[in-house]
Amino acid sequence: MPTEVLMPALSPTMEKGNLAKWLKKEGDPVKSGDVIAEIETDKATMEVEAIDEGTLGRILVPEGTQDVAVNTPIAVILADGEDASAASAPNPKAAESAPPVAAAPVEPSPVAASAPATPAAVNSAVAAPPRPETVPEPDVPEGTEFVSQTMREALRDAMAEEMRRDGDVFVMGEEVAEYQGAYKITQGLLQEFGARRVIDTPITEHGFAGVGVGAAMAGLKPIVEFMTFNFAMQAIDQIINSAAKTLYMSGGQVHCSIVFRGPNGAAARVAAQHSQDYTSWYSHIPGLKVVAPYTAADAKGLLKSAIRDPNPIIFLENEILYGHSSPVPKLDDFTVPIGKAKIARAGKDVTLVAWSIGMNYALKAAEELAKLGIEAEVIDLRTIRPMDVETIVASVQKTGRCVTVEEGWHQSGVGSEIVAQLMEKAFDYLDAPVLRVTGKDVPMPYAANLEKLALPSVQDVVDAARAVTYR
Amino acid sequence: MVVAANKSAVGRASTPAKAATKSPARRSDKMAVPEFTKAEELDAYRRMLEIRRFEEKAGQLYGMGLIGGFCHLYIGQEAVVVGMQSALKEGDQVITGYRDHGHMLACGMDPKGVMAELTGRRGGYSKGKGGSMHMFSTEKGFFGGHGIVGAQVSLGTGLAFASHYRDNGGVCLTYFGDGAANQGQVYESFNMAELWKLPVVYIIENNKYAMGTAVNRASAQTDFSKRGSSFNIPGEQVDGMDVRAVRAAGERAVEFARGGKGPYILEMLTYRYRGHSMSDPAKYRSKEEVQKMRTEHDPIEQVRNRLLEKKWATEEELKAIDAELRDQMNAAADFASADPEPDPSELYTDILR
Repeated sequence: MPTEVLMPALSPTMEKGNLAKWLKKEGDPVKSGDVIAEIETDKATMEVEAIDEGTLGRILVPEGTQDVAVNTPIAVILADGEDASAASAPNPKAAESAPPVAAAPVEPSPVAASAPATPAAVNSAVAAPPRPETVPEPDVPEGTEFVSQTMREALRDAMAEEMRRDGDVFVMGEEVAEYQGAYKITQGLLQEFGARRVIDTPITEHGFAGVGVGAAMAGLKPIVEFMTFNFAMQAIDQIINSAAKTLYMSGGQVHCSIVFRGPNGAAARVAAQHSQDYTSWYSHIPGLKVVAPYTAADAKGLLKSAIRDPNPIIFLENEILYGHSSPVPKLDDFTVPIGKAKIARAGKDVTLVAWSIGMNYALKAAEELAKLGIEAEVIDLRTIRPMDVETIVASVQKTGRCVTVEEGWHQSGVGSEIVAQLMEKAFDYLDAPVLRVTGKDVPMPYAANLEKLALPSVQDVVDAARAVTYR
Repeated sequence: MVVAANKSAVGRASTPAKAATKSPARRSDKMAVPEFTKAEELDAYRRMLEIRRFEEKAGQLYGMGLIGGFCHLYIGQEAVVVGMQSALKEGDQVITGYRDHGHMLACGMDPKGVMAELTGRRGGYSKGKGGSMHMFSTEKGFFGGHGIVGAQVSLGTGLAFASHYRDNGGVCLTYFGDGAANQGQVYESFNMAELWKLPVVYIIENNKYAMGTAVNRASAQTDFSKRGSSFNIPGEQVDGMDVRAVRAAGERAVEFARGGKGPYILEMLTYRYRGHSMSDPAKYRSKEEVQKMRTEHDPIEQVRNRLLEKKWATEEELKAIDAELRDQMNAAADFASADPEPDPSELYTDILR
């Protein structure tokens, strides 16, 4: 039987990659372990190894091909005595039908495997994000050119711009420098700013968070990257007890201008310890500001504002969103104010409040609801603390109904706070109870089907919106 | 993808091989204790007595209900901060845990402002919002005042990081106790400080008890000067009851750190006479043990005896200094009792900037 070599998924969020180079020609003998091709993901170049012995019968995807979907057959390996004609034509359905990891007949080489700290598979529920309707920012002048950027690029540009602007800004964390970032957010910063300002730390979250806070107390402006916020639990004492409280405890004498940033919440198929959403944890704490952007433009503008802010900022990114592109205004100094929500889609029948990846569900649900004749207004909260309650209340005064959407758990979640605020400030305007769409009340399971069940779905949001509109 | 870059990362050149070859721990108590001049003895006497009289007054105010919450007194350990402070320069930084009144006075902070913070009044260093464990003076280079055991070690390492980043020649004295020395983040900080050659001196004030737990009941390695040895950080055990030994060790350590050679550990063998906090009956040690330390090793008595022996001061002159300090502490107590509480509007200030 000829063996198909499929385009491998090399990171949890990889959906496609470029076939950079074939290292074997058609007709070459291959042994298990031979490197046969190089693939570029959005984060790194990885080697593809053969896992079967035989002859490279046919190359199905020529080198230089861009955006090859994961699981597309890229070559055929023939066993002894088999003929190239035995190789069937590539199956165009393979990409959609096969479960990505299990079926992949190639593995990244050991070197490659250690490369991205990002385990595998794609969360199909959130694969293609709907774009929010572009609502111009107040400070984006009419006629400004927009360029399409991934959130990854936008975050990197924000840091680079602020580091150029202010010599007190530096970035520290695990793998931020020579490795170029575990998720490649700090790509190129070491080359531009050098090892003094782009600092690889040992794997010691508690310690380096404290070092960062100490440096901030002395007046520097650290950007502390956590490889993920799951690991920041080791550092949460320094974040809360030292960073958030010192201004108060010192009677205003000592402040901490510091940004703690990194991916938060569920990536894909990384199970309970690597999938937690900490938004509500940090949003509980006076002395912190908590930011969770959805679009690339907001990521850039908010990160720049966060770096300039004299307070400790928790900047919650999302791994699934890193590779997603959206328009970013081409301006020399584009900032987005912290503490301001945005109407991402206007509507009159029900208010959907979301942020970060929750916006994915909310915007898709709004499209579905429109087909049912329900006009949903979608609010992108963007900042969780201080919360722009005014914008939510104003919308609910118009719609009379509200659904909150988040991947975090429901008890003491951010949605609970929104519900309470609406009870206190918009009770007389409500025509239905406010509903919360949240992650299920379980640790994140590994199995693909269970993981999907544990996360909220677009349908959950649609159902909740229909329930509160009685339709 | 991988970039060839300076592996030692942060800024200035490092010399990892050199540190590895030297003996990581020394005992300075075997070294000759350098003598003080008359002026130095008198200065040390005054500074240590200032702390003692302040702490005694604080203990009184606590008993009167004017000071609330936790109040950890420094009585017995005065030689440590007084000796160390004399090794510092303008622009250096000091950070410690919650037994911090002595450190603040040694840094030159005003006893009135410290006492008023203890009583929770608006004239306190933190406007009454920090209390005994949380006071700061950026003007005097004092960065707290931290209530989480061991947290100040990472923070102090970060202060040193900032001096290193700015290349301004500053050194940070990071104080912690024998109890904090068992916290994990201490070793995370040691590792980074040595890796990046940060100008920090770690001063472990070993007063023999972590709250009520004797050192040998909590620590596998009770020689704390060796706690940096696996990171190649040199360390010394110092007689922390002898201000001269402290200063000499402090000067060595500060010079080492300021010279770009990285961190240095000083274990100060010291003793607190009072309980862990005001509410500690101290049943874990005998009265005789405390009495023996007071009569044989008291840091202030040692200086006083030398001053009298050498006829550098008369009983009357020393009494006059004491009377002056008592007056000063009474004035601080009066201020701290009469000063109004913070305005209620202060509840909502200083949360964000």
